[in-house]
Amino acid sequence: MNRTVLLWMIIGWVGFMILPWYVIEDGFWGLEWLLDGYPLDTDYGPAWAQIMEGGKFWLSPFPLFLLLPLAVWGRAKSDPLYSLILLVSGTGGLGYLLLQAFTIGIAGWEFQVLETWYGVIDRQYGVGYGGLLVSASFLFMITQGIAARGVINGDVFVVSSIGLIVAIVGMFIFFPVSRIMLSALQNDEGLFSLLSFTTKISHFKIWGLGCLTSNVGCGVAWNSLFLAIVVGVTTTALGLVFALVATRSGFKHRKLLRALTVLPIITPPFVIGLSLILLFGVSGVVTQFVADLFGLVPGRWLYGMPGILLAQLLAFTPIAFLVMIGVVEGINPSVEEAAQTLRANRWKTFTTISLPLMRPGLANAFLLGFIESMADFGNPLVLGGDYDVLSTEIFFAIVGAQNDQGQAGVLALVLLGFTLSAFFIQRRWLGKKSYTTVTGKGDAGFHSILPDRVKWPIYSVAAGWTVFTLVIYCMIMFGGFVEIWGLDHSLTFKHYITAFSIEITEDGFLWTGSAWNSFWTTITIATVAAPLTAGLGLLTAYILVRQKFRGHDVFEFGTMLSFAIPGTVIGVSYILAFNVPPIELTGTAAILVLCFIFRNMPVGVRAGVAAMSQLDKSLDEASLTLGATSFYTFRKIILPLLRPAILAALVYSFVRAMTAISAVIFLVSAEYNMATSYIIGRVENNDYGLAIAYCSILILVMLSAVLLFQFFVSDRKATRRKTLPKTKTSTGFKESIA
Amino acid sequence: MKYSVLLLSTALGAVTALGLSTGSVAAKGKLNYYCSAQEDWCQLMAKGFEKETGIKVNMSRKSSGETFAQIKAESRNPKGDVWWGGTGDPHLQAAEEGLTVSYVSSLRGELNDWSLSQAKSADDKTIGIYSGALGYGYNSDLLAKNNLPVPACWKDLLKPEYKGHVQMANPNSSGTAYTTLATIVQLFGEEEGFEFMKGLHKNINQYTKSGSAPIKAAARGENTIGIVFLHDAVKQAVKGFPIVSVAPCEGTGYEIGSMSLIKGARNLKEAQMFYDYALRADVQSRALEVKAFQVPSNMGAKTSSKAPSLSSIKLINYDFGKYGSSAERKRLLKKWDDEVKTLAK
Repeated sequence: MNRTVLLWMIIGWVGFMILPWYVIEDGFWGLEWLLDGYPLDTDYGPAWAQIMEGGKFWLSPFPLFLLLPLAVWGRAKSDPLYSLILLVSGTGGLGYLLLQAFTIGIAGWEFQVLETWYGVIDRQYGVGYGGLLVSASFLFMITQGIAARGVINGDVFVVSSIGLIVAIVGMFIFFPVSRIMLSALQNDEGLFSLLSFTTKISHFKIWGLGCLTSNVGCGVAWNSLFLAIVVGVTTTALGLVFALVATRSGFKHRKLLRALTVLPIITPPFVIGLSLILLFGVSGVVTQFVADLFGLVPGRWLYGMPGILLAQLLAFTPIAFLVMIGVVEGINPSVEEAAQTLRANRWKTFTTISLPLMRPGLANAFLLGFIESMADFGNPLVLGGDYDVLSTEIFFAIVGAQNDQGQAGVLALVLLGFTLSAFFIQRRWLGKKSYTTVTGKGDAGFHSILPDRVKWPIYSVAAGWTVFTLVIYCMIMFGGFVEIWGLDHSLTFKHYITAFSIEITEDGFLWTGSAWNSFWTTITIATVAAPLTAGLGLLTAYILVRQKFRGHDVFEFGTMLSFAIPGTVIGVSYILAFNVPPIELTGTAAILVLCFIFRNMPVGVRAGVAAMSQLDKSLDEASLTLGATSFYTFRKIILPLLRPAILAALVYSFVRAMTAISAVIFLVSAEYNMATSYIIGRVENNDYGLAIAYCSILILVMLSAVLLFQFFVSDRKATRRKTLPKTKTSTGFKESIA
Repeated sequence: MKYSVLLLSTALGAVTALGLSTGSVAAKGKLNYYCSAQEDWCQLMAKGFEKETGIKVNMSRKSSGETFAQIKAESRNPKGDVWWGGTGDPHLQAAEEGLTVSYVSSLRGELNDWSLSQAKSADDKTIGIYSGALGYGYNSDLLAKNNLPVPACWKDLLKPEYKGHVQMANPNSSGTAYTTLATIVQLFGEEEGFEFMKGLHKNINQYTKSGSAPIKAAARGENTIGIVFLHDAVKQAVKGFPIVSVAPCEGTGYEIGSMSLIKGARNLKEAQMFYDYALRADVQSRALEVKAFQVPSNMGAKTSSKAPSLSSIKLINYDFGKYGSSAERKRLLKKWDDEVKTLAK
């Protein structure tokens, strides 16, 4: 019998016979349940005990589905019955599992009509580890059944990966988001009404064009769209500038520059906004200086579009940089050399060869900048003035005085519409062209140095931006050491002491500082989430770039969806979806980790896709031809070549887990509080000193984490020869841009 | 094949194993406490109660709007037990939507009338724990620098010389600003009240999202006059910022910070103990330790000399029942949106 089938069958039976079927209120890993009446206690029992003792008779069909795969014993994979049996077992089991989970809930029948038909039924709690293993078993029976039919060359690894990703993306993105989207279609009485939906979505507050004719603000949709386009274009341009400086210039302190561009990305929200206020606000240092110098009246220009734009550029340029650098590094110098050999000058080479080859990077960087700007919440909140944007409007539709979830759903739909359009436009622009530049063939030489015409403007932009960033960060560091930022600048350590004091007693260390609790939680959750996010993201990228299958585009769209939805919507929809059975997660650390994984996975996917579209398919084909499995190829060929993308994904997901706020604010609980939500509390209380002291510590932690990641995931080893070969051999010129 | 199994099982295992590790050990008694006041006040209440009773308190602090959204979202499977603090309107709304339960404490005799009337308008599902009057605060340095007159009344704020110097929150997003709108409507009548809001609109430099943001901006010199609750203004002054608070001469409205027991609470007994604890005079007196200058609801609790005392302020007879109801709120907000917010400045 096929070993994989057998293994998943065993796993399924373990889930049914041994592990508790339902979720355990005081936690599974506390293992208290083992001593407290297991297995017959109805709170902790595995499925068989629930059927016998707990009266949960509706669980009894599962053994049937779990036994069914035994029928493939002795059958060849090519036997049509083989796949049919697995498919029946898997889809039947999983389908029934979902059916019973969604119809029988915490209060018995979920639907009134079922109760009138069948009478009262016992209630059930959320699915626990037992149910989880059984579901996994069914899922992989399905994928093996599909693979046995010859789909994707019968590759079990690829089919199973697709199955897994589809299942969890469905569970943790589509399911919760559909809950809140449905509320967009409901009217005030909770009934579905197309009329109220059309009135809401065409409201002048969303689409008004008053700003063109008078000084009344435009609709939030236009505001957000305009801002996001400007931010997307500018961050991409700046990201490209920094990537060029870091890889193609003789600039000596490139490493430093690289570290510096990462600074804004590791800065908790609000802080950039606050330091901008202290610099350029009405009473800001720069404003006052300029006003005194020229005798002007200090203006409020910072509050509104310019302020948000500035803060977002500071915050999101590094993301564009991280995407761009992988792509710029990956371009094969031999193509550029070929152009130069054909007598193109450096300018012509740059504009006709290098730049077009960077298109995947440019497109992905723009998309990320656009979406980040759309979903950003902290900066518009601090600097928005009367320039309303969708993300803050959604937040206040939910938590504000209106408490209008439907309105939030409508606004979320508009936002989603924009981000999805950007996504499709990006795909069209990239088209079907090939951007492969990393091939197995010997490629010679160095990247050409930038032409002067490009070099000097780029140097000055990079230098100016760097100085600006440095000033901002000096302001921030300074703010943690003064009594009251902006008022009393006498130096003090008191904020650090309040937050991070440690007492040494005979029992050891006593973490007495008020920030320690949230600090450790944040570190733990970020550490758990980062590798999972990166792994899932890259696996998805591999499937997207390398595998052709029906529904490919839908699959890609699904994995990008969570990124296009603002955190607030995700936060509320997670509460709506995961507070009640079948999946009970609120108040646990798991919901935070899951939220981070699915919020940040798209960055791993994008970075992976951008980097992977440069790898020549002949590399994996060679490996596959030599008899390696697709998993082995992924691990041994693709992954090592993807190091920059892995690094980007790891860094990004770790950092975002530590700095995200809008989704997190709904999901933190007393037990699992996060650093950002603690900081917001301090900011609300005007305790900037403490907030900034905490942020400074977080920045240091993240900086060391980034360096650590960089150390472990060193640069891609497939770099070119360090010296020019003595005799030049002509290399294949395959990398034409078709 | 072996690897694929390995990878998939680790992936699946990891995604789920990290979770559910709630790991909490159920103590003998515990209380899930939602707090919507300032962080240090919330902590003080939690620690004090923990120390006195030995009951473990799990606190989570969020603004009153966020807490209301959370309780509503969790209503089918409540996680919280008691909700303490935050402006009264969301508490009233929670009562209206049946998210909270009624409770009559034995300490009612010690409470101020406004606290009890809050309870009365919600069938005892909520009760007042502190109160604060609405008003505004100004940055005295900026006022002098711009040669502006000192304001004393609501109507002073309409003067053209204050153009671009006044800030208030957006009533759509902030409970404070909604209280302002409702106060003006009750003070001047609806028609004249909206004329006032339209006049004020011309002087407003920005409608902030959060209720106390205008006075924080004023403290840092980013704004001159902020319409807020007076205790928020006093707090900035006590911190050392050049803020002077003004109780408007025409009279003003006020908020009642409230407390409610959540329906379906898992630790109802502990929640009721906390409820009684929070109404005690000695407990309410401790608010001064964290510079909370609201007026306590227990008549025996100590107040600060810096705090604006409600007796010296001309208070209107604020109708919490009417202006706290969702229907009236939606109507006023829509009217404000249509008639005031869309005006050119």
